[in-house]
Amino acid sequence: MAIEGADLVKAAAFIGAGLSMGLGAIGPGVGEGMVAAKACEAIGKNPREAGLLTRTMLVGQAVSESTGIYSLVIALLLLFVV
Amino acid sequence: MNMATDFEPIIRLSAYIGGGIAMGLGAVGAAIGEGYTAAEANMAVSRNPKISGDIFKNMLVGQAVAESASIFALVIAILLLFLETPSAGELKAAALFGAGLCMGFGAIGSGVGSGFPGGNACSGISRQPAATSRLTTNMLIGSAVCQTPAIFSMVVALMLIFMDFGKAPTFPTWAALIGAGVSTGLAAIGSGYGGGLAAGASCEGIARQPESVGNVTTIMLVGQAVAQTPSIFGLLVSFVLLFKSFPESTALSASMALLAAGLSTGFGGIGPGIGNGMAAEGAVRWVARNTEHAGDLMRTMLVGQAVSQSTAIYAMVISLILIFVV
Repeated sequence: MAIEGADLVKAAAFIGAGLSMGLGAIGPGVGEGMVAAKACEAIGKNPREAGLLTRTMLVGQAVSESTGIYSLVIALLLLFVV
Repeated sequence: MNMATDFEPIIRLSAYIGGGIAMGLGAVGAAIGEGYTAAEANMAVSRNPKISGDIFKNMLVGQAVAESASIFALVIAILLLFLETPSAGELKAAALFGAGLCMGFGAIGSGVGSGFPGGNACSGISRQPAATSRLTTNMLIGSAVCQTPAIFSMVVALMLIFMDFGKAPTFPTWAALIGAGVSTGLAAIGSGYGGGLAAGASCEGIARQPESVGNVTTIMLVGQAVAQTPSIFGLLVSFVLLFKSFPESTALSASMALLAAGLSTGFGGIGPGIGNGMAAEGAVRWVARNTEHAGDLMRTMLVGQAVSQSTAIYAMVISLILIFVV
């Protein structure tokens, strides 16, 4: 099979997109899990503040999510724009 | 095409490499998990030597369950080494290599994860000998759920070994078959490990408060079920890659899109699986200490897990785009 320049670039973009989203999903997944674990611990210790703690958890997770969204954006750019 | 009918050497080559990968990687997880169980059992015996017999029995039962992940890997490795593949096409070579990758990676998480409930049940027995049977039961339920990602991997590996790919075009189906193996195999790592974290915390919690066993086991199972979803996404992408027929294309990009689809969902499942397990671990631990607020804790756990899950869903979306759109 003959590999041409344009084909090679597209192949590299596809592999890059897969690796970007795949590896980029690891960090946010683990980080958000840690946040949720600590939020559960805090609610267990102080159940009256459950609402405040859940809100804080969600804000923290949203920030942690951002790198996952960067990966998604890069993957979509590699798939459709580059 | 007459000159290319003898694919037997290349099929044997990839079967042997696949078998080596399956057993080599497959041995990592169970060994670590069982080591953790044995270490905790030793601590438990030193704390309460009078019931060393019960602890020893529980350790062996827990280790036996953790062992099953590597036994799956052994079965797949033996199949890859000794299975005859008469008149199979060249795609069989990719399928057997994919099967080895799938089972090797897939056994890591379940093996490590199953060690946590085993170890924590042993140390729980030394603290609370009256709860021995509850702890052993809970340990068995928890570590059985931990094995599901390894079972998914074995299912995909067996399908790759035994399905007939004779009619499919070699390009780009070879990449779909390796992608199918990588997707389920890698995604199983996080789910197996995460399920183990939840099960370990539940054994610790029951030892601390034996009357909380109902609440603790329930929330453990809910948390583990959510932690399994990344490996189910991996399985889904593998099935799409296995059963969809791809039009023949010698372009490199067509093959790489399918391989990348497997890599994306596979790697993307590792983090959310571990994260969901951590969230469940925190919730289970504190339900045992604070049973009245089990409802609040369950709700926060599920919300937190849902957010943690989102990146696995992004990864699956990218995989589906790679398979169906580009």
